[in-house]
Amino acid sequence: MLNEANLFFIFLSAFLINNILLIRFLGLCSFIGISTNIKSSVGMGIAVVFVTVMACSISWAVYHFLLIPFKLEYLRTTTFILTIASFVQFEEMIIRKKLPTLYRAFGIYLPLITTNCAILASAFLGIDYKLSFIQNLIFSLGVSGGYCFVIIVFSAIREELEIAPIPENFKGVPIAFILAALMSLAFLGFKGLFKL
Amino acid sequence: MKKIIDFKVFLNGIWKENPILFIMLGLCPVLAVSGSVKDALGMGIAVIFVLTGSNFVISLIRKIVPSHVRIPVFIVVIATFVTITDYTIAAFFPQIHKNLGVYLPLIVVNCIILGRAEGFASKNNVFNSILDGLGMGLGFTLIIFVISSFREILGNGTFMGKPILGSNYNPFLIMIMPPGAFLVIGLLIALKQKIEKRKKIC
Repeated sequence: MLNEANLFFIFLSAFLINNILLIRFLGLCSFIGISTNIKSSVGMGIAVVFVTVMACSISWAVYHFLLIPFKLEYLRTTTFILTIASFVQFEEMIIRKKLPTLYRAFGIYLPLITTNCAILASAFLGIDYKLSFIQNLIFSLGVSGGYCFVIIVFSAIREELEIAPIPENFKGVPIAFILAALMSLAFLGFKGLFKL
Repeated sequence: MKKIIDFKVFLNGIWKENPILFIMLGLCPVLAVSGSVKDALGMGIAVIFVLTGSNFVISLIRKIVPSHVRIPVFIVVIATFVTITDYTIAAFFPQIHKNLGVYLPLIVVNCIILGRAEGFASKNNVFNSILDGLGMGLGFTLIIFVISSFREILGNGTFMGKPILGSNYNPFLIMIMPPGAFLVIGLLIALKQKIEKRKKIC
């Protein structure tokens, strides 16, 4: 089980073996939408790392110190989504004030982080795997790091695709999915790394 | 002039504005649970229920909710319906609940549902909103059904758990693994682009 493995394995498992984008298929809307150029991908990736780590820690605390003592586990979905939504609002305010260029690059995608399933999923998964607080922190770092890494690599390849001769019907989104299939195939290879 | 009950709204969701193929929203569950037709149908029904229910409630309360807090209110309504669905499926179909795993509570962040709440139910009357929820949900289910049929038949040689390609069939294993999902949706969207192009020429 994941909660008995050591921290390094937890990180690696979340980062490579169960990569949130390519193996678990979460956070795909923003992935396909924003990965057309490297610059915005880097911004999005970093935003996701920041939000995920903070949101996961907060929701872990809320779950263990509020919901369990009061036997309110069934409110998990509602509480987590509200926690994350208010957190994204907060981050949006900071970025708009401090980094207006980045803010323009994000466009509609920053508010969409609220509905980015990757973040909510890592909060849920941390609870489902019964991780401790430190394990949960490392796990969320691994999940969001994996997101950040893949979206940057993916956008680098997609920029090259702009000038590649692609069959007419595959232009745009379809070729991006085929590319994701190939990358997913490569990531499947990490499964043999170690067993959990 | 807007009609009180407009059946075109229903058909819109199934093809013309199909949530998956045309607006490209809510892809995650489509790819994640389409490894077997049974799970896919379970997910489809859950989405239809949540979408119709939340569209219904949101169109009822659309005139009471102040516009600057509407998104949190919508999210709470949706989360309520998702929790109901989650616990109902856990009680009656434990196997499907186990297979769908984390993707079931994640319906709450499915962009289709918030998208329709914001884009349709908050501006239209109750009947049309229910029709829109049903149509969009069916459109979603249709696509997830097609993708999962492809993947299960090619990758496992079975359909709904029953073998159909005979015992000599050598499964195309990659189809039920993650890369297969990306491949099938890529091809499906390419096909859609081809159909659209042909329409333009005619």
